[in-house]
Amino acid sequence: MRSSETIGWFADIGLADRPTVGGKGGSLGELTRASIAVPPGFVVRTGAFERFLSRLEQQELIRTKVEALGADQLEQITALSNHLRARLESAALPDDLSSELIAAHAELCGADPDSHVAVRSSATTEDAEDASFAGLQDTYLWVKDAQATLHYVRSCWASLYSVPSIAYRRKHGLPESGVAMAVVIQRMVNARTAGVMFTRSPLTGDRSVVTIEGAWGLGSSVVSGEVTPDRFVIAKITGEISVREISDKHVRHLPATNGGVCERETPENLRRAPSLSDGEILALRDIARRVERHYGRPQDIEWAVDHSGEIVLLQSRPETVWSSKGRPPVATPAKNPLQHVLKIFGGRR
Amino acid sequence: MRATAKTKGFPLPSSLKVVPGTESVQAAYPYYMQFGKEDDERFWFYNSMHFPEPMCLFDMITAEAAYCALGSANTRVYSLPTTLGIDCRIINGRVYIGGNAATDPAEIERRTKEFQLRAFFYYENWERLFAHWKDKMMSLIRETEALPKLELPEFEPLEHVHAGRGVASNHYILDTYQKTLEGYFRMWQYHFEFLLLGYGAYLTFFDFCKKAFPEISDQTVARMVAGIEAEIFRPDDELRRLAKCAIDLGVDSQFREGVSPDEILKSLEQLGKPGAAWLKELAVSRDPWFNINVGDGFYHYHRSWNDDLSMPFAALPGYIANAKNGERLERQTGRLMAERKQLIADYRELLETEEDRAAYDQMIELAHRVFPYVEGHKFYCEHWYTNLFFNKIREFGGLLAQNGFFAKAEDVFQLSHYELESAIVDLMTSWSNGSPPRGIARWPAIVRERRAALAEWAKHETAPALGPVPDIIDDPAIVMLWGITRENLDAWLTAGEQPNSNEIRGFAASNGVVEGIARVVKSVDEIGRLRKGDILVCQITNPSWAPVFQNISAAVSDIGGSMSHAAIVAREYGLPAVVGTGTATQKIKDGQRIRVDGGRGVVTLLG
Repeated sequence: MRSSETIGWFADIGLADRPTVGGKGGSLGELTRASIAVPPGFVVRTGAFERFLSRLEQQELIRTKVEALGADQLEQITALSNHLRARLESAALPDDLSSELIAAHAELCGADPDSHVAVRSSATTEDAEDASFAGLQDTYLWVKDAQATLHYVRSCWASLYSVPSIAYRRKHGLPESGVAMAVVIQRMVNARTAGVMFTRSPLTGDRSVVTIEGAWGLGSSVVSGEVTPDRFVIAKITGEISVREISDKHVRHLPATNGGVCERETPENLRRAPSLSDGEILALRDIARRVERHYGRPQDIEWAVDHSGEIVLLQSRPETVWSSKGRPPVATPAKNPLQHVLKIFGGRR
Repeated sequence: MRATAKTKGFPLPSSLKVVPGTESVQAAYPYYMQFGKEDDERFWFYNSMHFPEPMCLFDMITAEAAYCALGSANTRVYSLPTTLGIDCRIINGRVYIGGNAATDPAEIERRTKEFQLRAFFYYENWERLFAHWKDKMMSLIRETEALPKLELPEFEPLEHVHAGRGVASNHYILDTYQKTLEGYFRMWQYHFEFLLLGYGAYLTFFDFCKKAFPEISDQTVARMVAGIEAEIFRPDDELRRLAKCAIDLGVDSQFREGVSPDEILKSLEQLGKPGAAWLKELAVSRDPWFNINVGDGFYHYHRSWNDDLSMPFAALPGYIANAKNGERLERQTGRLMAERKQLIADYRELLETEEDRAAYDQMIELAHRVFPYVEGHKFYCEHWYTNLFFNKIREFGGLLAQNGFFAKAEDVFQLSHYELESAIVDLMTSWSNGSPPRGIARWPAIVRERRAALAEWAKHETAPALGPVPDIIDDPAIVMLWGITRENLDAWLTAGEQPNSNEIRGFAASNGVVEGIARVVKSVDEIGRLRKGDILVCQITNPSWAPVFQNISAAVSDIGGSMSHAAIVAREYGLPAVVGTGTATQKIKDGQRIRVDGGRGVVTLLG
């Protein structure tokens, strides 16, 4: 199945497509193009949202109502949010849209009856560098079938009208016409171990190391902070592993039987065992280097290792904390290079 | 004697007691090396890096000559802005040292101006001056090799009389002794001619890397700077070459484990042409590359490969087997060079500004220029020359032993160099006047007493440092040469608090984690006990130990930093290594199971 106005398969899209596939979708496409393994999937482009919304707008004005609100009118925002979210979640999709999404879902999941997908919001205003807005949209994990998928696509769209989202846009005076939502549909990975990594040290900003944090099961336990992850620091260039802090990982997140994620106690023999092998740490470092090189700047990455040991990336975003600091140079070139030795011989001055 | 954190300071020198019964031996060390009351005011540390074992009287000449030369280079020759020289004391055979610093800003300013006129000249003319250094060093070696044999014949040779020499043989005994000492003192002057400047330029780059990449490991910086064809690799390279020669000549079956070097040499002699051809190759390798001794050159009993072939010969069967298995024996210098270049380029790419990259280029360039000296000098100074020197002193020991002063030649090292001169004058006099030497009645008892004192002192631990803790260690020489920082001192102060810890910490010298059986090897005679896969635990290694690295799975040493020999060779062989642990050989039991984490610098005792 080809990409279309409605759908963009990861292999066909990239960062340049962000206006129609959103930040998350663009990033997953970009990674796919850079030959970095991500769970396969496609993006429901913003065009689909526009078609859905304009059909609703024929019955009832939506965007004008939102724009009429002030950022401090919390009560009115809440009332409108409740109304709009219910409206968006319950409305049927246009038939052609619904059949195209069902066909794409079938192609993604094939004949595998156990396959699950993640349905993730990928807002176009969710500029990856605007971290404060990122994460305001919803993500649904371990979604079972096409019907459930269609349902959560609408939930994602509806999340654009959550109270914090509306309040944020009103506060910053963002025009509603520019607000659109793409949705990522992606195969779930039944992660043995998952976590995050930074292509520089979050502690010192050092760009020569990759810091990896991981725990057993799905990455949600790490991202949400419900478990203290194992922490590894590996030299980006030489592959020396300089830090191996193995934590007590008391719980892990696992796929729930009826979709979604559940939290379970970690079996005793795994709690204090390293969640990654040295080989996996090295493989993650290779991936981190490739991603960073591809983007030309430090990255903040979510990853997972499945039960066969295969590593996939779930997300990569530019690192923002240290990159925005603009460190002064450590040293400047000297007219006479020998002057540098006075740093050692010259004493504290 | 160990300081505890409670006192928040180290014991005062005046609180150290000479081990009872050894007082007269302590008193025999030169007066200027004895602790005095005024020494309580200053900070001292035990130089266990260079002198890990109690020092016998003669061997103290190394501390004397080395600190004399180091101090003159710092204080008078290059005028290091903040550093003067090193003071040295000895108690119970343990050498304590303390640095003198320049702290007055005006004085530092004045010294900085001088420094730029002197040190910068050396940096600017480094290659030429280093070539000149090698010439000077080689002529010193040749001069010392050419010193006359020690002979006191019954009658002066007739040809001396006919030639009208007019000076009898006894005069030349003293003359040769004084020349021997002069050579040794001069060698140490040469040793420090470039050393601090070299380390300083290296540390400048090191310091930059640590600031630009706060989490970079010492070993990575070391790898960016380390030379590829440095002299320290040569002895090991020569062994590989000899292994290959043995195969090519078809004499390799002579090299079997457990056969002594003498037996091997004898059997080769009987093999006719191919045996003779291999022996010729051996002679080529021996001069000079077997002039490496099995320690760091600071003890007379650290003998060289040339003095004792068992170390190099023990390695040959392994190298021969490797070569037959198709392993390439030559070090792949091209590949190593390309790796170093890539490493430098990769880190450069990570720097955030153009200015950083330009400064990085300037600093690595200087570090590369100076490093051949830093790496290469040890072979000439601490190995080749020291070996020559101690062997010459041994000759004096032989002559004195022949004349009844001692039971054996080695006893000579129980005399200070002043006492040795007096014994020589005694012998000269006795030869000239026909009376028996007075020393016959004097020295044997003294030698016995001193040997007993050394054995006693070795049983006692000594404090790692003495006196008030300085706020900051701002002496580049002490930081560079001994790796002593304020953080180290704090760690020493609290070392007593966790006596039961099963972890030993040191420098992370070569990456990797290995578990295995520890083989605690206290001297080179014991290397035969190492089995394939063992973890070598030793006080210090040096180039002569390189061959053992083919069999071991990891290395741990008491002494050394990330540029120490053990670290360099371990990286070369891709083995995990932790160096500079201070106490590994004391805490680890032979045969114990341990884990070595070379990336973190931690050794864990498992069994």
